[in-house]
Amino acid sequence: MPTAQIQTARKTLSPRVAVGLLLTFVSLAFALFGGMSSAHADEVGAEYEYAFSGNVQYQDKPVEGVKISVSGNGYDAETVTDAEGKWKIGVPEKEKYTITMDESTLPDGVIVAEGGSSVEAEFGLSGKKSVNFFLGQGERVVVSFSDQLIARFFDGINFGLMLALAAIGVSLVFGTTGLSNFAQAEMVTFGALAGLFFSTVLQLPILLALLLAVVASGAFGWSLDAGIWKPLRKKGIGLVQMMIVSIGLSLALRYVFLFFVGGSTLQLEGAGDAKFQIFGPISLAMSDIISMVISIVVLAGVGFWLLRTRIGKATRAISDNASLASSSGIDVDGVIRIVWILSGALAGLAGILWAYFRPGIKWDMGGQILLLIFAAVTLGGLGTAFGALVGSIIIGVMVEVSSLFIPADIKYIGALLVLILVLLVRPQGILGRKERIG
Amino acid sequence: MDILGMLSNTASWIISPTTIAYAIAAVGLSVHFGYAGLLNFGMAGFMALGAYGYAISILSFGWPWWAGILVGAGASVIFAVLLGIPTLRLRADYLAIVTIAAAEILRLLFTTMLFDEWTNSADGLGGYHDSFRAANPIPPGEYGFGPWMYNEKDWWVRIFGFVLLAIAVLIVWSLMRSPWGRVLRGIREDEDAVRALGKNVFAYKMQALIIGGVFGAMAGVVFALPSAVVPGSYVTSLTFFIWTIVLLGGAATVFGPVVGSVIFWVIMAALDNIIPALADAGILPITNIQAGVLRYIFVGVALMLIVIYRPQGIFGNKKELTFVK
Amino acid sequence: MSSNPLPTGVTPVKSTGLHVGEIAPGVKKVDPIIIADGVTRKFGGLTAVNVEHLEIPRNAITALIGPNGAGKTTLFNLLTGFDKPDTGSWTFDGKNMKGVAAYQAAKLGQVRTFQLTKALGLLTVMENMKLGAKNQVGERIFPSLFPGFWRKQEATNEVKALDLLKKFKLDTKQTDFAASLSGGQRKLLEMARALMSDPKLVMLDEPMAGVNPALTQSLLEHILNLKQEGMTVLFVEHDMHMVRHIADWVVVMAMGEVVAEGPPDEVMRNQKVIDAYLGSHQDVDLGVVTGRVKGKMDPEAKKMAEEVEHLDQAINASEKGDN
Repeated sequence: MPTAQIQTARKTLSPRVAVGLLLTFVSLAFALFGGMSSAHADEVGAEYEYAFSGNVQYQDKPVEGVKISVSGNGYDAETVTDAEGKWKIGVPEKEKYTITMDESTLPDGVIVAEGGSSVEAEFGLSGKKSVNFFLGQGERVVVSFSDQLIARFFDGINFGLMLALAAIGVSLVFGTTGLSNFAQAEMVTFGALAGLFFSTVLQLPILLALLLAVVASGAFGWSLDAGIWKPLRKKGIGLVQMMIVSIGLSLALRYVFLFFVGGSTLQLEGAGDAKFQIFGPISLAMSDIISMVISIVVLAGVGFWLLRTRIGKATRAISDNASLASSSGIDVDGVIRIVWILSGALAGLAGILWAYFRPGIKWDMGGQILLLIFAAVTLGGLGTAFGALVGSIIIGVMVEVSSLFIPADIKYIGALLVLILVLLVRPQGILGRKERIG
Repeated sequence: MDILGMLSNTASWIISPTTIAYAIAAVGLSVHFGYAGLLNFGMAGFMALGAYGYAISILSFGWPWWAGILVGAGASVIFAVLLGIPTLRLRADYLAIVTIAAAEILRLLFTTMLFDEWTNSADGLGGYHDSFRAANPIPPGEYGFGPWMYNEKDWWVRIFGFVLLAIAVLIVWSLMRSPWGRVLRGIREDEDAVRALGKNVFAYKMQALIIGGVFGAMAGVVFALPSAVVPGSYVTSLTFFIWTIVLLGGAATVFGPVVGSVIFWVIMAALDNIIPALADAGILPITNIQAGVLRYIFVGVALMLIVIYRPQGIFGNKKELTFVK
Repeated sequence: MSSNPLPTGVTPVKSTGLHVGEIAPGVKKVDPIIIADGVTRKFGGLTAVNVEHLEIPRNAITALIGPNGAGKTTLFNLLTGFDKPDTGSWTFDGKNMKGVAAYQAAKLGQVRTFQLTKALGLLTVMENMKLGAKNQVGERIFPSLFPGFWRKQEATNEVKALDLLKKFKLDTKQTDFAASLSGGQRKLLEMARALMSDPKLVMLDEPMAGVNPALTQSLLEHILNLKQEGMTVLFVEHDMHMVRHIADWVVVMAMGEVVAEGPPDEVMRNQKVIDAYLGSHQDVDLGVVTGRVKGKMDPEAKKMAEEVEHLDQAINASEKGDN
């Protein structure tokens, strides 16, 4: 696509799927029992057997007075949503029609975020069909493709840095103990929840609360090692068993979180703040800027720790060759303990940053990015900390940029495909060393 | 508390279509993991292919029910081959990550609006039952006794599920006592040793992946038969539940996965009845929603405990321990 | 050299006149079973194998010796298809083996054992043996479902396996899990299992390592028997006395290259071998140093044992570094 070409794309203020955008929600029941809604005040074409219907909501509230039109097969009709946000248009034939939402009738700052304001719809087996529009925060402006690309690229870097925090933990643990830790996802969630706990339940100032949350996450990592992983290592449990134990742990923790916080999405103080333009097409919220700065500083710190400090060097030595490291007097257990603390703290920090980036805290939020973390670690090279950083940024950028070309609801697919392709072509990853047989 | 109602409710799960479906999937996973040592964490993907293959064949193409089952099986074979070619030569844990990623890709593809025409996206598919029910030889009526009173449609689903399960068990039993099964068990332990004896290790692993995958697809069909196909069912948790079942019963045993599934679902159903009742009665200081969540925490803890303390499962032989260190 | 505690019960018949022309690295053989040309294999910057030309004589026992890290096992892996060379080609029994997979090489009659024994511990001894048999129809997926196709063959294989197990004194263990065997018995089982396929060439990677002295005797006899039965043996070994005792031909590798070859006694006198392999320790009994032969460790031997251990670690470290 030529970059000069002007698209009628919308510049979304917050480009993530989950970001305050709620879909035009139509329940299956509504479609099935469409006949019951004949009491509709605004129903158009009620005389026909077939009908399209929908329910326009934004942030869980119905939106009234949105103009919806149906056209096709020589038929045109339009209606507006009622007080409950509902609309229904009857059509004469069981054929394909184009359904359009008039964006100018939406409230200010709300747009059709995904899938476009005009969709083609066809009936399934029944004579009723529900049509979804995804609404989001944003303004209707015309943005050039190159500007979108730059904006997405920047978002991707931000997302990638955040992934890197979680991925380095996975990578360090894998390097030193050989464990593919599925419960890393829950360590991410733990950080965000701890932040929520300190800031809303204990009413601490937000910065102190988040700092305490990172400390608590490190303590959580330590307790997992002391309570589970160290005893299992002592017991001589195999790596595959350990991996499955981590899956069990992941399941258990995930539902423990659900048990305590429920299924709703919660917000940290300051999440979803207004964005302002930095330069050119890039606009960020304050939390985005702080997030990037923190990520970069922390990652640089980890890099320094690995390269320059005694324990950091010991960590790398163990990743290279555990038995040699141990025979040369390195306290392997001590290093592994530190790695778990670090891994917990980094994952917790990633969780907090992600809670701002999404924005929102949910009981299974870690699980949503677990495979992206694995993809990043594998892409960079299993067990190499710097590989995890490189892999994370590539995955982050790829996920964000690819949503320019493919629907947002499958944007993670690209990252997962990369994961598979890397294993196919270069299983040792970008920075990993080639495996040797025999 | 309605103890009798709770007991009856729990007992009905012994032969529920869900229990049968999970049992078939678990038998498939036992071929993968128990006998061949393949860490397949994409069982949910195979099941989704079976379910969607069945539903889409009927809804979009108007094919009969049995053709739908064949489509599901075919799709799982293709999926197994595509997964196997890159990963079966690599380290075992790579297969774990690739399969889990591939299953998630499938789920996202079934969820996206992009293929709404065929998949009905997140709402899923329903209303494909006519063809299967038309083939029902059981005359209308209520049959059974005690907690197991069902109408002819429910019995037809259960009996068909049982037949598929019996075939799967029979195939696994025949394969594993044969020289083919011996090669496979050898590969599980040390594939280089078997390679050095002139066996095409890759081909054996691929065959095992395909067989277990087809069982997975059949499980998906049975899962879909009585109800609807919703993409939200085929999440990684589904895979992990099947792993729990397989490890509970014994991964390298023929009947372990079947018994594991029954135990799993009976306990789950019992907890589903008991915990909310206790919460209602004020014995447990938790809300009803929390009461529903509690049993899933137990699943995770159970999975950890089994793997640590009894990795061979209830029926497994410690000497035939599947986990190679 | 110091006292020789090796078994003297066996009187091997040495094959002679295996080569053509002047003895030198890469010398032509009268009847070679393997001919390798320009085979190289690199790991990172390290050249593990660089063999210009090598021929292995048929129906003879050839020993492959050299210090740790000389590339012996890597060459083994290359020849058996377990690893792929960067350059070069070789033939086995006249067949070009380029790109031939490990299992195909085994099918062609070239079987191997491993340095770290790979007895399949969760299979019984008899199952291990039957796994070694060739062309079992029941190992194909569809016939496997119907015992009628493979029962008879299974019975024949069982008879053959019992016969071999008797020879290796494992017949009383046939229903035991292989994991319950001692280290030496596992080595024997691995060799017996390899013989189930009636191979032409048997490649043994350190067959004596970890075998207790009581068993070395019978192992040596078995290796000698293989030759009598018309097979070719190529084995990697550290212990000079054993090499001298049973090998008809010795190939010496160092730094990935073949530095010398010839009949055992001549090779032992070769200055290059002494330099490359024995270093300054030619007076030390290697059997004693490697712990396989009981004997007194004089200070010189102790020093060498330490050096070897040191070298071992360094090599292991560098190999790990390639991972």
